[in-house]
Amino acid sequence: MTVALETTNLVKQFGGLTATDNVSIQFEAGARHALIGPNGAGKTTLINLLTGMLKPTSGRIILNGVDITDASPQRRVRLGMVRTFQINQLFPDLTPLETVGLAISERRGDGADFWRVAGTKPGLNQEIADILDRFRLADVMNAKTSILPYGKQRLLEIAVAIACKPKVLLLDEPAAGVPDEERHEILSSIAALPKDVTVVLIEHDMDIVFAFSERISVLVNGGVFTEGPAAEVARDPRVKAVYLGESLDA
Amino acid sequence: MTEPTPTAKLAAQGILARARWHPLEFVFWIAAFSAIWLLPNKHLILTEIAWLALFALSLDLILGYAGILSLGHAAFFGVGSYAAALLAKHGIITEPVLALVAAGLIAAVVGFATSFLMLRGADLTRLMVSLGVALVLRELANKFSDLTGGADGLQGVTMEPILGRFRFDMFGHNGFAYCLIVLFVLFLAARRLMASPFGLALLSVKGNPLRARAIGINVDARLVTIYTIAAFYAGVAGGLLAQTTAFSSLDVFSFDRSADLLLVLIIGGTGYLYGGLIGAVIFKVMQDYLAVLTPQYWPFWIGLVLVVLVMVGRDRMLRWTEPVRTLANRLDWRAKGQGQAS
Repeated sequence: MTVALETTNLVKQFGGLTATDNVSIQFEAGARHALIGPNGAGKTTLINLLTGMLKPTSGRIILNGVDITDASPQRRVRLGMVRTFQINQLFPDLTPLETVGLAISERRGDGADFWRVAGTKPGLNQEIADILDRFRLADVMNAKTSILPYGKQRLLEIAVAIACKPKVLLLDEPAAGVPDEERHEILSSIAALPKDVTVVLIEHDMDIVFAFSERISVLVNGGVFTEGPAAEVARDPRVKAVYLGESLDA
Repeated sequence: MTEPTPTAKLAAQGILARARWHPLEFVFWIAAFSAIWLLPNKHLILTEIAWLALFALSLDLILGYAGILSLGHAAFFGVGSYAAALLAKHGIITEPVLALVAAGLIAAVVGFATSFLMLRGADLTRLMVSLGVALVLRELANKFSDLTGGADGLQGVTMEPILGRFRFDMFGHNGFAYCLIVLFVLFLAARRLMASPFGLALLSVKGNPLRARAIGINVDARLVTIYTIAAFYAGVAGGLLAQTTAFSSLDVFSFDRSADLLLVLIIGGTGYLYGGLIGAVIFKVMQDYLAVLTPQYWPFWIGLVLVVLVMVGRDRMLRWTEPVRTLANRLDWRAKGQGQAS
C-alpha cells in the first residue's frame, strides 16, 4: 500500500505544554483510519498541524510524497488534503448553494474570476446540485447559512469539504452535536465516499469508530499510545483503561 | 449533453440572485440622474454628495465585503486629490477623465503598497495601521510644501474642459453630471465584482477566514486585491473633489474625513453597496439643513440622529452593528480555537 499522508517526529509545544509529542504516523491511501484518545490527547492539534492551521515546533509532514511542512493551508487544500471542523466553520452570509459553488470554483481554479457572474461556468450548477442532493441540502439551498438548523449546518460543513474533492479527508468529530435521528445521514454520506479517498476520522463515539474504521491510532498526552487494526485495538485492555480512567475523572 | 436535474435548474437560478437587479435599484438611479434636470440650483451640494458616495462605496468594498475596518481611508482619497490637482496644475494630463483615472491608479499603487500592513493582526491593529498611514501621508504632504503648497493648500489649479468639451462651470452643472456618471460607472463595476466568484470569496473571508483557507482560498491575496481596488475608488473620489473645486489641501487626509466616512457608511448600512450612497445623501442633506439652523452645533444633531436610529431602527440596527458583531464573532472563534488546542 502507498502512504497518502505521513508525519515524522512531529512536535508542537505551546510554551511549556507539549500538545503533540514526537508523533510519527502513516495514513495509507484509501485507508479508513480513526484517531481516538481522551480529551486533551492532542487530536485536534494534530489535525491543525496537518492542515497548516498551526506550525509545528519540529518534525515533517509529507502528503503524497510532497513535503508540505511549510506549505500554506490553501496550498495543502490544492494538493488534496481537506478537513472539516469539530465546531462548524461556515460562511454565515452565504447560502449553501453559494458556499458549495465557491468551494467548487476554488478547486477548479475559477475562484479568482472577478469579471464573470458567479454560476455561469458550464457544468458548475450540476455539480453543485449533485452535492446538495447528496447531503439533503437542496430544500434550503437559498437560505442564509446563519439561519439553518444545526443538523443542516453540520451536513453543509461536510458537504463543503467534499466539494473540494479531497484525496485525503480529515473529519474532526463529524457527528458532534447531531441528534440521533440525523446522525445516520452524516454517517452514510461518509460511508459513501469513494474508496480511493483516504479518510482520517477523529471521534469520541466508539460505535462510530468501530463501524467505520479499519485502523485505529490511540493518542494519549500528545503521543501515539498504540496503533493497529480496529479489532485489535478494541480488545486492548490498556486502551480501555485509558478511556475508563478518563470517564472516572470526568 | 444530459438534461440538468431539477435541483441543478434551481441552483442555476439561485446562484444568480446576487447579480439580479432589484426594481428599487432602477428607481434609485433614475432619481439620481433626474436630479441633473430637476434640481439645477442644488448641483454644488449634489456634487459633494456624489464624490462622498463614491468614497463611502470604496469603504464599503473593504468593510462591508471583506471585513477590513479602516479609520484612515482618507489616505487614498488624499493621494487621489493631490494627484488630480497636481496633474492639472503642471499640465501633465490636462484632460480631466484621463487625469482622474491616473489619480485613481496612483492611489491604488499606494493602496497596494500599504495593503500588506493590513494583513497582519486583528481589527484593532488594522484600525491603528490605517490611521497611521493617513497621518504619515498628511505629514508628508505638509513637509513637501514646495510640491503640495503645504498648509496653504495647492493653489492655482486650472481645469480644462471634460473630454475637451464640457467646461467646469461655477454653478457646478457639468461638475455634477460628471461626478454622477463616474459614480454610476464605478458602482456598476463594483456590483459586477461583488456578484463574481471573487466577490463571494471575499464574503467568505469576511465571514470566516479560517474556513476560507480550509477550502483553498488564498485569503491574503484576496484582501490585497480588494484593498487595492478600494484605494482606486477612494483616489477617484478624491480626484473628483480636486477637479470640481480646482483645489486640494491637507484636510483631504484628515482624521475627521475618515471618521465622517465611517459615519456615512454606518448610517446607510454596510455590505449591500447602496449603504454608502444612501448614507452620503442623508449625511450631506442633514449637514446642510442643520448647519443653517444651528451653525455651530450641527454635529450634535448628527450624533443624536445616529443614536436614535441605532436605538429605534431595529431592522437597520443589525446592519449598523455588523462590524461590531463581526469583531465579536472573530474574537469568539479565536477563543474557541484556543480551547480546541488544549
